[in-house]
Amino acid sequence: MYSFDMVRPTSVADAVAALGQEDAQALSGGQTLIPTLKQRLAMPSVLVSLSGIDELKGLSVSDGVMEIKGATTHATVAREGGDYPGLAALAANIGDPAVRNRGTIGGSIANNDPSACYPAAALGSGATIVTNTREIAADEFFQGMFTTALEEGEIVTAVRFPIPEKAAYMKFEQPASRFALVGVFVAKYADGVRVAVTGASNDGVHRWSAAEEALSANFAPDAVEGLSVPADNMIADLHGSAAYRAHLVGVMTKRAVAAAD
Amino acid sequence: MPKDHGIGASPKRREDVRFLTGAGQYTDDINVYGQTYVHFLRSDVAHGRINSVNTEVASAMPGVVRIFTGADFDGIGGLPCGWQVTDKHGEPMKEPAHPVLAQGKVRHVGDPIAAVVAESLEEARNAAEAIEVDIEELPAAVNMKAALAEGAPKVHDDLSDNLCYDWQFGSDQADVDAAFEKAAHVTTLELVNNRLVANPMEPRVALGDYSRANDESTLYTTSQNPHVIRLLMGAFVLGIPEHKLRVVAPDVGGGFGTKIFHYAEEAFCTFAARQINRPVKWTSTRSEAFMSDAHGRDHVTKIELALDAENNFIGLRTDTLANMGAYLSTFSSSVPTWLHGTLMAGNYKTPAIQVNVKAVFTNTVPVDAYRGAGRPEATFQLERLVDKAARELGVDPIALRRQNFITSFPYETPVAVAYDTGDYVATMDKLEEMIDRAGFDARRKESEAKGKLRGLGINCYIEACGIAPSNLVGQLGARAGLYDAATVRVNATGSISVMVGAHSHGQGHETAFPQVVAEMLGIDESMIDIVHGDSSKIPFGMGTYGSRSLAVCGSAMVRATEKIINKAKKIAGHLLEASEADIELKDGQFTVAGTDKSVAWGDVTLAAYVPHNYPLEDIEPGLEETAFYDPSNFTYPAGAYACEVELDPETGKVTIERFAAADDFGNVVNPMIVEGQVHGGLAQGIGQALLETCSYDEDGQLLSASYMDYAMPRADDVPFYAVDHSCATPCTHNPLGVKGCGEAGAIGSPPAVVNAVIDALHSGGHTQVTHIDMPVSPGRVWAAMHG
Ligand SMILES: Cc1cc2nc3c(=O)[nH]c(=O)nc-3n(C[C@H](O)[C@H](O)[C@H](O)COP(=O)(O)OP(=O)(O)OC[C@H]3O[C@@H](n4cnc5c(N)ncnc54)[C@H](O)[C@@H]3O)c2cc1C
Repeated sequence: MYSFDMVRPTSVADAVAALGQEDAQALSGGQTLIPTLKQRLAMPSVLVSLSGIDELKGLSVSDGVMEIKGATTHATVAREGGDYPGLAALAANIGDPAVRNRGTIGGSIANNDPSACYPAAALGSGATIVTNTREIAADEFFQGMFTTALEEGEIVTAVRFPIPEKAAYMKFEQPASRFALVGVFVAKYADGVRVAVTGASNDGVHRWSAAEEALSANFAPDAVEGLSVPADNMIADLHGSAAYRAHLVGVMTKRAVAAAD
Repeated sequence: MPKDHGIGASPKRREDVRFLTGAGQYTDDINVYGQTYVHFLRSDVAHGRINSVNTEVASAMPGVVRIFTGADFDGIGGLPCGWQVTDKHGEPMKEPAHPVLAQGKVRHVGDPIAAVVAESLEEARNAAEAIEVDIEELPAAVNMKAALAEGAPKVHDDLSDNLCYDWQFGSDQADVDAAFEKAAHVTTLELVNNRLVANPMEPRVALGDYSRANDESTLYTTSQNPHVIRLLMGAFVLGIPEHKLRVVAPDVGGGFGTKIFHYAEEAFCTFAARQINRPVKWTSTRSEAFMSDAHGRDHVTKIELALDAENNFIGLRTDTLANMGAYLSTFSSSVPTWLHGTLMAGNYKTPAIQVNVKAVFTNTVPVDAYRGAGRPEATFQLERLVDKAARELGVDPIALRRQNFITSFPYETPVAVAYDTGDYVATMDKLEEMIDRAGFDARRKESEAKGKLRGLGINCYIEACGIAPSNLVGQLGARAGLYDAATVRVNATGSISVMVGAHSHGQGHETAFPQVVAEMLGIDESMIDIVHGDSSKIPFGMGTYGSRSLAVCGSAMVRATEKIINKAKKIAGHLLEASEADIELKDGQFTVAGTDKSVAWGDVTLAAYVPHNYPLEDIEPGLEETAFYDPSNFTYPAGAYACEVELDPETGKVTIERFAAADDFGNVVNPMIVEGQVHGGLAQGIGQALLETCSYDEDGQLLSASYMDYAMPRADDVPFYAVDHSCATPCTHNPLGVKGCGEAGAIGSPPAVVNAVIDALHSGGHTQVTHIDMPVSPGRVWAAMHG
């Protein structure tokens, strides 16, 4: 690590002010950022911790929408998110207990790791990402690997998930990291089905529109039988070829539909 | 009734109290007054010419004590290789220099270029970033075949090519050729034994200290064999005589082979401490471990088996490329040769065997022994091949093995070793009993009903351990003897400290060794402690590897204890006014045979130290004995393993449903510890088979450089194991009749897993798949199914 200063504000307003300093960076659960710092791959002058801000914690449900505050841990969502079972189950399977007790939804969404789980849930649910300045639809928020619509110093204060009739997330784990080698989030709403894919593409999390159409017409595993995604833009690495990932998208989609409740 | 003490009992491991309560004392827990910290600036290219290293700016940075580069090691020895292999033309292997810090060239990612010693680690790291290094990147030799091709980039400019040696071994060429000519069937297999990173939980640490007052150096290090480090570093690298060099390896958090070797960082810290007259400490990060700990395995092999019309094995031929990496690590040259070729007979009476091995230099981290070292490579190729042969011939894989088993002992193999004892039929019988083979079809149907495939994989293994007879290994090129030593120090009140050369870093010596001494003396185990890991406290020791601790060092301890008993009987005879020949020792009492006259253990030990009534004219006071033990042969643990997998044909994911191991370890001192060793070995073997691989890209960049990409086995990757060691044929040549159990699990399990996967695929109609290289990852299985 390089040396840095650290502040621990207790309100979003103070955090935003602190993030106005040159080379300031938000620190939430630290499960991504701290390893990055230890490797000396980032050199912030000041870390602005979000973990002391009560208004950034907790989740609530009203009018069929679950709102999760930006600094809510995965463990909290797993434990208290029972009104959206597919989402609670996703949170319960991120990393290990230590990661879930520290890592937060805001950090995960802001980081937009191409293999992370939450971005699939947000995109697959048509969630709204709330920041200190605006509301951003998930479709506009995720802009490719590690890239989002967030401006410098902007804080994710909450994510609002419309609760679907049925949903499930199927993650095929990369054997080493146990992030998603391919993860598919399927959610069935009254007005149609959304399918979001993570882990697979060089463009990061994305929707699979052909499957959405087919499933909107017939929400059954068979409906995606015969559909395939092109392998062109899929990630190829030690753990699987592009063709393998493309294949897994189909398998995981079917399994998510079968598991949806 | 299981015993509750002594040999054969399973007392809980006494060392676990400190390990599990955080009271272990590891090298990184040691801090010495005035200590400095070193950070190594390591190469980020696989191969390059060092044009210049400018440390001027960096040296002036805050906290910097001194910066060292390769130039500071001019005239200082390089890291030695402990085994001289002679090639098939009678020429010695090529043995390039291995400087402590790179000189002239860098040869792998992670090769240390400079070392910054500073008041704090952060200051050392800051200064390292300010060092200006001008390296002209060169094309890298990474793939072994390509590295041997004409015009390949040369890892060492002063060598003619990248071939370290071309070794051939075994039966006469004519006999092997004849076997293949008259064969009714020949089975051939090409395979890779995947490169692994050992990943002990505790990364390596070295702390060098120097006392100007008495010109003494001390090295605290994470080592499996402190005396070996003292010998190699003192004699070959730094020129420090033994009496001025102390090497301490305190609690060590796992080694698996990779902490046998003498590393540059150890020599550096010892050297630098003398130069700056202050202690110098290095603690490896996990990232550094990936690029500086010696890797394991990395063989590419073609193997052929000749069978006659009755399916008898009549000939075996292998051709292996073995990766040495960029430099020869301490035992690297012996692994693909004497620890691998000598095991190619396996459990079978194949009469003609030829082993060919080319060792290759590449721009990768040095490769050396890793749990099993050479023997897993031998077992994997042979047992995959026998399975393939059974499939090609349409015969039962167990029956084919049984038909070819060696059944009479001692047995001279065509590959130099002589198995003293064994019973491969018994372990196979036991295995069949353990796995409910009759119920397999029903289990397969259950899997199929869920859309899964189920496979059963069986294999045998044999290994040579209890390393090793010094005269034999000397003839084979070892530059050291491989005996071991123990001192039994009996104190005045009868308590005992046993100073042993074996080092315990997970093996449970502190519990098992006292069980042996307690049994021999008939006293309570709690009266006995083991001392190890400090060259200033123990007589000598070649350390712990090759499943040798109990077989070799334990035997030395038995010999020393026998000397103690002889002397104690003399003292008892004097106290009892009887002839020593009439004295019997039982349950800690010395009794005159046939009488009720006796003295207790403590009476005798006290007399030895308070010799008021003592035969001083015949024997010395005190009660302390040392023995060195050099075995007359290797020991040959063997067994049969079975693995049952379920395979998801949609994703290619393999899960292990059942695993059974029937081992013959000879006599067993602590069954619980033995089972633990097998469990750990199996986890590592399953890790190799399903998960682990260290890979480089074509430029020599390490792709699996962290746990994000290097898959270690976790608890839910392995099943509950069924293990058995009841089929014991005691070793015939050591006093305990023990064979060693530390590596068996890692040696025997990979072929069982892969055989099971192939079986599953065949049951699903994927009969075109005859082999999948490890790790058998979901992506590879899927690709094989659709390839
Ligand atoms: C061993 C391990 C396993 C893991 N496994 C998984 C897995 O299976 N699936 C998965 O999805 N993830 C996994 N993760 C990642 C984990 O979910 C992280 O918690 C998450 O990616 C980042 O969240 P954080 O709160 O820790 O963010 P931090 O590490 O604190 O921050 C990450 C980035 O987001 C920024 N940031 C943080 N909070 C905000 C905010 N509210 N607004 C704006 N920017 C913000 C930070 O400045 C930083 O750039 C794993 C991590 C580890 C260490």
